[in-house]
Amino acid sequence: MADYKFNPTLKVDDITVTYNNGHTAIHDASFELEAGTICALVGVNGSGKSTLFKSIMGFIKPIKGAVTLSGMAVNAALKLNIVSYVPQAEDVDWNFPVLVEDVVMMGRYGHMNFLRIPNKKDKAMVAEALEKVGMTEFSQRQIGELSGGQKKRVFLARSIAQEGQIILLDEPFTGVDVKTELAIMELLKEMRDEGRLMLVATHNLGSIPDFCDHTVLLNRTVLAAGATADVFTPKNLEKTFGGVLRHFTLGGDDLHDDDDARSLSVITDDERPLVIYGKETKKSKHATSDKDEEA
Amino acid sequence: MEDLLLPFQYDYMNKAIFAATFIGAVCAMLSSYLMLKGWSLIGDALSHSIVPGVAAAYMIGAPYVLGAFFSGLLASAAMGFIKAKSNLREDAIIGLIFTSFFALGLFMVSLSPTSVNVKNIVLGNILGVSDEDIFQMVLIAGISFVVLIFTWKDIMVTFFDENHARTIGINTKFLTILFFTLLSACTIAALQTVGALLVIGLIVTPGATAYLLCDRFGQLMIVSTIIGSVTSFFGAYISFFLDGATGGIIILLQTLVFIIVFFFAPKYGLIAAKRKIKQASELLRNPANGGQ
Repeated sequence: MADYKFNPTLKVDDITVTYNNGHTAIHDASFELEAGTICALVGVNGSGKSTLFKSIMGFIKPIKGAVTLSGMAVNAALKLNIVSYVPQAEDVDWNFPVLVEDVVMMGRYGHMNFLRIPNKKDKAMVAEALEKVGMTEFSQRQIGELSGGQKKRVFLARSIAQEGQIILLDEPFTGVDVKTELAIMELLKEMRDEGRLMLVATHNLGSIPDFCDHTVLLNRTVLAAGATADVFTPKNLEKTFGGVLRHFTLGGDDLHDDDDARSLSVITDDERPLVIYGKETKKSKHATSDKDEEA
Repeated sequence: MEDLLLPFQYDYMNKAIFAATFIGAVCAMLSSYLMLKGWSLIGDALSHSIVPGVAAAYMIGAPYVLGAFFSGLLASAAMGFIKAKSNLREDAIIGLIFTSFFALGLFMVSLSPTSVNVKNIVLGNILGVSDEDIFQMVLIAGISFVVLIFTWKDIMVTFFDENHARTIGINTKFLTILFFTLLSACTIAALQTVGALLVIGLIVTPGATAYLLCDRFGQLMIVSTIIGSVTSFFGAYISFFLDGATGGIIILLQTLVFIIVFFFAPKYGLIAAKRKIKQASELLRNPANGGQ
């Protein structure tokens, strides 16, 4: 229903961010994303994920390089309300006296005049967003009264109401049951099909191939970026996580009695593990042939 | 009956009651934010550390607002400096600085007991303030009130979710500074009504009380403002009969309201909580009658 004036793109061009205390959180990081993308941002704690988010939101200015949103400088893009942010659950004060509806309405503030008085369209957009995430019946609840998954959906609804085109999600799956996780993924895919761009910081390695078409691996700099099928490999992940990741490999001999040489790798960051079952030797090198054509 | 209306026959009483009510209302508005952010003690520190400035201003005959502002600034600079140069925790630094400043204030007062009345600064004396001071108070309260009317939603978003506020183009740094400027100004103004020792009450209790009654910030602010203004009104009014205990009466009235709400609030009160537990346990024992 909304006409999108801006083709959402994100370009991180060779940025280096150094804090006032002299700590360099990210250096020489570059990657580029197009409209209609869900991109996973993967890295250990302290790898610069939140610094990257803060640079994209204009909280901190890189000392070198630049972030460009839809071809504009960050501050210009923020004025147009195209960036929205879905916070990590632990960053929200759940005792704050606001109703579900109030939080979603905050997404409309950027579209209102300076007194922030909602008009009919704002109210309709809020109702629509709540409907979309299935939270209509909870609209009058204080936010602390919700379950983990419901809490996430409120903030997703807020970015839908905001009509954000570039959406940053910080750990959207922590504290969420499997059913809600799937529902959120479906929602994100839907939003991708509407042409939005989503950058998802997540430790949930196992679900990344299910819904993220792109992946950026981060460890103080961008180690690899591109299509998930190309980037999300055990080798790259090992490089990203170093020794932090739990990595189990069951060799072919442990798994089979026949001469099948495939091995089973389980890689986990203490959330849903990534399970890689080696390719059957009989088949072509890439088991997922449709992805092959894109590459 | 005529006796009860007596205070309103005096011009000075009308002014004092009006000023106290107005500043009480604005402090209550600010308290809605302060208690949510866990910043209540910053208000306490602020009110104590402006005492030497007020004392100095009276000694040299300058406007007390100026003196208060200057010493408040000095105190925050000192806190910032110690924090940057040491690993001491914030509460220790706040405690250290504000007692030092308060002590300095008391010392200055004792040097020159004729020009400054320690009782007025520490305990407040709304019935005895000059017309200029009343004017300053009303001016501060008026400006703060208008600014809050225009910015209350933006400040709320900033304090609730700073990242989001930033992404919708709100200047969060500016609003935070604005908030603390209003807070300092109102603390200084309220010094005249309730005194340095009790200002903290005005900027914490109404908001804390309203928090137990409301689930929405806008409502909370309105309820808090009503509590703040009504208690300040009656505090100033009653002190006409009791002579000079305005601050104590206002804060006691606020405490009384808080206690009532604490027990009887419909959703978050102690009695409501007990009732809910009882209902839940009955439901467990006897699911047939209680089910939906």
